[in-house]
Amino acid sequence: MSDKHNEQAVQTTGHAWDGDLQEFNNPLPRWWVWAFYASVAFAVIYWILYPVWPVGRDYTKGVLKVSYESNGKTVTSHWNTRAVYIEDMQKGEEALKQKAYLDKVAKASFAQILSDPEMMAFVRSIGKGLFGDNCAACHGQGASGVIGKFPNLVDDSWLWGGSVEDIHRTIRDGHAGFMPAFRETLNEEELEQVASYVLSLSGHKVDPAKAEAGSKIFNGQKGGCHYCHTHQAKGMKSVGSANLTDAVWTIADVPDAPDLKGKLAAVEQVIRNGVQRRMPAWRDRLTPEQIKLLAVYVHELGGGK
Amino acid sequence: MKFSHESIEINAGLLIVLTLVAISIGGLVEIVPLFYIPGTVEKVDGVRPYTPLEQAGRDIYTREGCYLCHSQMIRPFRDEKLRFGHYSLAAESQYDHPFQWGSKRTGPDLARVGKKYSNAWHVQHLKAPRSVVPESIMPNYPWLAENDLDYSDIADRMRALKKVGVPYSETEAEYQANVKKFGKAMADQLNINLAGENLLAQAEAGNYDGNRSRLSELDALIAYLQVLGTMVDFKKYDEGYFAEFR
Repeated sequence: MSDKHNEQAVQTTGHAWDGDLQEFNNPLPRWWVWAFYASVAFAVIYWILYPVWPVGRDYTKGVLKVSYESNGKTVTSHWNTRAVYIEDMQKGEEALKQKAYLDKVAKASFAQILSDPEMMAFVRSIGKGLFGDNCAACHGQGASGVIGKFPNLVDDSWLWGGSVEDIHRTIRDGHAGFMPAFRETLNEEELEQVASYVLSLSGHKVDPAKAEAGSKIFNGQKGGCHYCHTHQAKGMKSVGSANLTDAVWTIADVPDAPDLKGKLAAVEQVIRNGVQRRMPAWRDRLTPEQIKLLAVYVHELGGGK
Repeated sequence: MKFSHESIEINAGLLIVLTLVAISIGGLVEIVPLFYIPGTVEKVDGVRPYTPLEQAGRDIYTREGCYLCHSQMIRPFRDEKLRFGHYSLAAESQYDHPFQWGSKRTGPDLARVGKKYSNAWHVQHLKAPRSVVPESIMPNYPWLAENDLDYSDIADRMRALKKVGVPYSETEAEYQANVKKFGKAMADQLNINLAGENLLAQAEAGNYDGNRSRLSELDALIAYLQVLGTMVDFKKYDEGYFAEFR
């Protein structure tokens, strides 16, 4: 093919570089041009359907409508994401499916929920999400907690009670766990004595003389530990004090300490510095049904009483 | 000279200017009306400027670049409501300069993280996120607990915010206006002349980092995190109320 033929077939920009290097001036591809017109047409349709153009202190609302219930009345408004959201919450397929169960749970007692396999399936399904979003940050995805900081929810040892009603109250209203710091009250020797006594309660082999002295502090006026932990050291649900006679440790990291010295140090540390823990109240953040579901879910994690 | 498309294409300067004009029209039409259409900012009770300590925490939040991974903007979708809480209102960030809406969620949205977790959790989580959330990829921020909070310029920071419209008070008249708007207790907090002592008092009372012996950056940051999204009481409003503003 000759150069002459090429020049006639397509337009060029008219420049020639290096003698024969030329630039074609092709028309836009047909598909591109049509896509452009289509997008213009789309924009015009969009202007008619949705709120778009500002006009003075207002804007064109579009012809699409959304209706939802508000204050007992049916409101029909122009399309906007908030109205669509309310409609989705009220009439959406998923929302309605969930609502049917939520209504059922709201009416049922804990005993009824626990004995109804269908409601329990719902509890396990929605509870996993609720727990993950709200509880797992502290108690862990598997609810095993963080020793020293956040209680384990899968064992059967409970500070504030393990019945489903107790758990429900704990989630709804929260708790402030408190033990005073004894660093000003007890000297190092006395701290060791009390720690020895506390360890002896759960079967650790400690110096009997120290444990005996510790028992006097624990059960007497000096330490006054028995006021909250009781003389039997079983703890009290009403103040969230720990049962010291079992081998479950939620704050002092006794199980991980290699020897008696480490175990004593772990217990002494807690007595010395006290405890301040807060379980947030969820009543303002979660709905009553959600709290109820979570209570059953946590109860079913393994340790519910 | 006859105008043709070619004269734009072969003139880079003109092409740039006209491109900017074309794009600006789109931007202006979208943004400018928001400044004068009534109802852009919803009328709700409770939203107030940050106290000096919260503002100091907010400045640490921006300094550490938290917004790069955490948004503060819950969108009006059912799934977001179920996970994070009520969608964010424009009114809730009316005193935010710059706002922290963010554009990417590597971590979760923080618009309603306030009061969700205990202070102790925040302390532990900011120092070492994986010690409480093993699957987290958030970096450790141990220095927040070690750094003393430098609040020497807190009054100036509040003055700067006042210049862009945040109603902190300096004169008696401004103070009285705040008393009317936010109540006396809060108006005292928003008084620039008392910024330093207010900051100290709140940190002392709140003891956010659990260490009374010092005022750390952690104190300020946790004070800020704990107030996020808690100012509006949504129980007071029917859901339809907020849609009326759109």
